[in-house]
Amino acid sequence: MKPDPDVPGARPRRAANPRRQILLLKTAIWAIGLAPILWLAVNFFQRNLGINPVEKIIHIQGRWTLVFLLAAMAVTPIRRLTGWNRIIQVRRLIGLFAFAYACIHFLAYAGMDQLFALSYILEDVRDRRYITAGFAGLVLMIPLAVTSTRGWIRRLGKRWQRLHRLAYVAAGLGVLHYFWKVKGDTFWPLVAALTLAGLFAVRVAYRKKRPPRKK
Amino acid sequence: MIIRIRKNSDIPSSEITPESAYIDRRKFLGASAGIGAAAFLGVGSPDMGPFHAASPIPGSGRPRGPQDLEPNTWEEITSYNNFYEFGTGKEDPSKQAHALVTKPWTIRVDGLCNNPGDYALEDFITPSTIEDRVYRFRCVEAWSMVIPWRGFPLADVINRAEPNTSARYVAFETLWDPEQMPERLWRPRIGWPYREGLRLDEALHPLTLMVNGLYGKELPNQNGAPLRLIVPWKYGFKSIKSIVRMTFTEDEPPTTWATQTPGEYGFYSNVNPDVRHPRWSQSREKLIDSSKLFGYRWQETQFLNGYADEVAHLYEGMDLKEFF
Repeated sequence: MKPDPDVPGARPRRAANPRRQILLLKTAIWAIGLAPILWLAVNFFQRNLGINPVEKIIHIQGRWTLVFLLAAMAVTPIRRLTGWNRIIQVRRLIGLFAFAYACIHFLAYAGMDQLFALSYILEDVRDRRYITAGFAGLVLMIPLAVTSTRGWIRRLGKRWQRLHRLAYVAAGLGVLHYFWKVKGDTFWPLVAALTLAGLFAVRVAYRKKRPPRKK
Repeated sequence: MIIRIRKNSDIPSSEITPESAYIDRRKFLGASAGIGAAAFLGVGSPDMGPFHAASPIPGSGRPRGPQDLEPNTWEEITSYNNFYEFGTGKEDPSKQAHALVTKPWTIRVDGLCNNPGDYALEDFITPSTIEDRVYRFRCVEAWSMVIPWRGFPLADVINRAEPNTSARYVAFETLWDPEQMPERLWRPRIGWPYREGLRLDEALHPLTLMVNGLYGKELPNQNGAPLRLIVPWKYGFKSIKSIVRMTFTEDEPPTTWATQTPGEYGFYSNVNPDVRHPRWSQSREKLIDSSKLFGYRWQETQFLNGYADEVAHLYEGMDLKEFF
């Protein structure tokens, strides 16, 4: 690594720079977040997504929603286990990607699958339990995305953390949605469920270890 | 073309063989049903002749397939399949099923019949007249295709097997061979082999086919080679693939999906827009159509998949919501 010419007296060991680490991590998250969307767009227009392209688009978007949700949930456990506190700085970005994927997942369903036929969509949300669960998860993510800004974090104070525990509910609903959707082949829904349970367990374990806050 | 609501479904009743003819045929064919009787005819060669979607049925002067049904493409029919033995993804079977060895192939006929035994595939096929038939295919997952099958009435086989008077059902089994159907990362815990079954009158219905060809060619493995069932008025999973066994029974045989999730799949599984699946509506379906931007178009699902005129009488007096 060369010293940064713009910074006077730049340090020679850039790799150890924690700010640089976070920047790199954020860049990677942006790349990972945008790649599937670009891949889907290119392959859709090249008619490269098989016989039922809409189904494939929706499935892939749904999977990435869960990946980002679980990754966002993993930040605190990773922080606890490794002591790398700065990692918390990437959580919002990961969470917002989860929300973005949930939105385009729903939009692809509503638009490309149902052609915005509102009556059918409403019927689905009401009657098809996996869609009910998925839709509830999406709705729960809205306040989390809205209150992810610095201003809201400040304004809500301690309540912010309590509110954002809803992320576990949303992720749980997402996994349930996945479970109820598949027919017979529950391998990946099970992986997602166990991951979520594992992350939750780490959190609970550390909570118990911690001395009581008050005093 | 989309068929919205159509009272007269496709195959005119004049083409349905009367029961008396079946009984006669049964007498006639029963004599030739011995093991290997037809092997010398050398059927099963891949060259099954050209496919003519609208060629007339001999003697009837009418087109074979309904003219208003435009078949899906070969590509669509052969690369979007459910065949869980080869993976649960829709594209898995087209990628994995080449491992299936279909020659030689033996089908065991047992249960309540006069001619049980292990039959070579050729013995099953040779005595019958092969026909092309264009049928609607409606998957329980609410997508559909129009498929030009090649095959012969299941009734031919049943009549040659001569079921006893006590036989009321016929059960089928798909090949289960983990060597040819290698373990994926995780296989759904279905009780293999895959099983299906029909009531005997359903099985004898002239619309019910044994299929060994598609578009006039040999049936691809992912579509259930070398021999599968097609019951066009039932959801696709009833039309069992790669059959190795046929058993005549007195009681309703257990079938795979109805056993796996009894609340979702019944023994009858007739296509019925008014009886919803617990997880989705069955009132409409996506007709797969790659020429469209999104690859499909919505259409209304028809009662008994549009074959009500031919088969509705089989279910007279039955509550189809109860016997779903």
